[in-house]
Amino acid sequence: MAVVNPLGIDLDQYRYGFHDPVDGYAFRSERGLSRKVVEQISHLKSEPDWMRAYRLHSLGVFEKKPMPTWGGNVGEIDLDNIYYYMKPTEGQGRTWDDVPENIKRTFDRLGIPEAEKKYLAGVGAQYESEVVYHSLREEWTKQGVVFLDMDSGLREHPDIVKEYFGTVVPPEDNKFAALNSAVWSGGSFVYVPAGVHVTIPLQAYFRINAQNMGQFERTLIVAEPGAYVHYVEGCTAPTYTSDSLHSAVVEIIVKEGARVRYTTIQNWSKNVYNLVTKRAVAYRDATMEWVDGNLGSKLTMKYPSVYMLEPGAKAEILSVAFAGAGQHQDPGGKVIHAAPHTQSSVVSKSISKSGGRAGYRGLVKVYPGARGSKCAVRCDALILDDQSRSDTYPTMEIDEDDVQVTHEATVSKVSDEQLFYLMSRGINQDEAMNMIVRGFIEPISRELPMEYSVELNRLIGLEMEGSVG
Amino acid sequence: MSAELLIKNLWAQVEDKVILKGANLAVRSGEIHALMGPNGSGKTTLAHVLMGNPFYQVIKGEVLYNNEDLLAMAPDDRARKGLFIAFQYPVSIPGVTMASFLRTAVSARRGYEKDHLMSLAEFQKLARAKVEELQVDPAVLGRYVNEGFSGGEKKRAEILQMALLEPEIAIMDETDSGLDVDAVKIVAAGVNRMYEASGKKMGVLVITHYPRILKYIKPTRVHVMFDGRIVTSGDADLAEELDQIGYDGIRAQYERVAAEVVGEGEVRSAGKVFWVQH
Ligand SMILES: Nc1ncnc2c1ncn2[C@@H]1O[C@H](COP(=O)(O)OP(=O)(O)O)[C@@H](O)[C@H]1O
Ligand SMILES: [Mg+2]
Repeated sequence: MAVVNPLGIDLDQYRYGFHDPVDGYAFRSERGLSRKVVEQISHLKSEPDWMRAYRLHSLGVFEKKPMPTWGGNVGEIDLDNIYYYMKPTEGQGRTWDDVPENIKRTFDRLGIPEAEKKYLAGVGAQYESEVVYHSLREEWTKQGVVFLDMDSGLREHPDIVKEYFGTVVPPEDNKFAALNSAVWSGGSFVYVPAGVHVTIPLQAYFRINAQNMGQFERTLIVAEPGAYVHYVEGCTAPTYTSDSLHSAVVEIIVKEGARVRYTTIQNWSKNVYNLVTKRAVAYRDATMEWVDGNLGSKLTMKYPSVYMLEPGAKAEILSVAFAGAGQHQDPGGKVIHAAPHTQSSVVSKSISKSGGRAGYRGLVKVYPGARGSKCAVRCDALILDDQSRSDTYPTMEIDEDDVQVTHEATVSKVSDEQLFYLMSRGINQDEAMNMIVRGFIEPISRELPMEYSVELNRLIGLEMEGSVG
Repeated sequence: MSAELLIKNLWAQVEDKVILKGANLAVRSGEIHALMGPNGSGKTTLAHVLMGNPFYQVIKGEVLYNNEDLLAMAPDDRARKGLFIAFQYPVSIPGVTMASFLRTAVSARRGYEKDHLMSLAEFQKLARAKVEELQVDPAVLGRYVNEGFSGGEKKRAEILQMALLEPEIAIMDETDSGLDVDAVKIVAAGVNRMYEASGKKMGVLVITHYPRILKYIKPTRVHVMFDGRIVTSGDADLAEELDQIGYDGIRAQYERVAAEVVGEGEVRSAGKVFWVQH
């Protein structure tokens, strides 16, 4: 089929490319990173000494660690030209009425209040580096469920935070985890007591709104034995011309028999470096599920991982990535089988178009003694034109014989037969292409809450606009 | 509104192999034609060329659809203008439900603007009615397009699509093969109902190997294709005769007569005798 309009993405059409003036900020740190900046952040947040010490220690680790040389090209990030902390308004909104007008306007445009009316139970919305709005359904509070921004979590539940913070992702893990540990701000803190099932997803919306503005949110989720929670984050970002860095850390502890699902749909603007460390530990018979949708950004390096530490632990990682012109999506997943009878499944779908690069980078590690464990990895790549590429880097380290590990990988192009079939029913070429792509990611989108799957399909539709190969 | 499909001296090839060698046929509103012929004679190729499958190249000839150059149109354009093919081998589209596919297709055929589909309620009402008429399992709407369908399910799903898209000219490519007698009857009744509902305006071309389905969908004309050409045409009785003498009979006659004639020309028939005309 002929290439009709190879230029797919028009940044001007970017749906969320609006932004509020940055004037109303209460505080903005100076550009660049130093001991002074880190101390200032800690001071402004009135943090306990241990956290200040932790930040400073992390800064030292960050300074010593070299930039990663694998994955994507992170060498272009100008770490000295970033504001490491920005606080838009004072105070914390508990109810919708408390939320400042310009922030409400932003939320309005993202459709958040409607979503809230319909089914949102709690909203943790991050506007700039600070969470300004937070609400939590009363019954959960009664059940002891905590859903706060990380700063409030540290203030209100210092013991729990101190016990778990940095235990899953220590600053020594990688350069960007160290950076986050030094300058983190915002993110979510979720605590679900033993046996409590949170039936409605907890949702957080993230948004970067200032040029050269770093976002270093930090999320910690603790699910006590037998608990269940589904945490959902959706990210949209306005379009800017200069590069922006998003470097988050997510730590999840899933105790015996508990189940946590963490869903992300990210749509960063095309100049954002998205370098995220997401990791969970799963104990006996616990289940951890990562559902990860990566659109937007200039470079995404994100490998959600699950350490299965005790027998019966299960991991599921579903990811979808879309890379258009100038984009490099390097998503993947890691499953670590460190106990007998653990099970994991990884499904990765990547789409590349207009010269974009998308793929899968994964690790399956089975420790000696992890008898009877099972792991299935499936990665499918769909390449929409000849300029685009897909890379698959599966690493398997299997040090136990009594295991079942399968790996399946496919790379395909949209078939002319399928396009012709859809077109023979009156569907135009663009829409036909869209449908095939939506079908390709359906195994992931069906796992999303309804509005998110609609959103994902819509975002992919925008990315696909005018693209036919 | 009356439709007309005129195929004039159509030649087409696949990967350097010439398959259609001067096909001529006219299908007009209200007419029901049957196209028969042995395997490999080019019937499916004709159907795909008419729908614009890019896999096939037209070498020469002309096809007019309502006086417009059909071969210049994109497939989706042809479909929106009312041409439909129930495919012999429908392809599957993983991950796309029949319901969302059909809603998009029906909206396109009915001229809805981009991004404004027929309302879900309206579509569901329509789809349910057609599903019931054609005695198709309603669960089919929730399944992925042709994915994991049995041969028979695929054929019936094609007819369901036809019923929803309400074509002006419909081509059914071996819809009957792979269906048992009861299913053939249901499909035929469905097509007859569509024909009546169109005010007897729909034009139909039934491509088939066997005369069985023609007992239920009564053709006004029967054509026989052989080696990329229509070698004979007649009324409904021709189908029965064919059934008796078999394609081998035709082949024998065709080859014998062809051997007597030097050079290439158009094959014509008079009664039951075939000859090659200069
Ligand atoms: N996709 C294809 N690739 C190669 N040859 C093909 C293809 N489709 C059809 N042909 C050839 O074209 C000829 C006509 O086939 P077809 O149109 O399917 O005939 P019919 O439908 O009458 O059985 C056959 O010789 C067949 O092998
Ligand atoms: Mg055929």
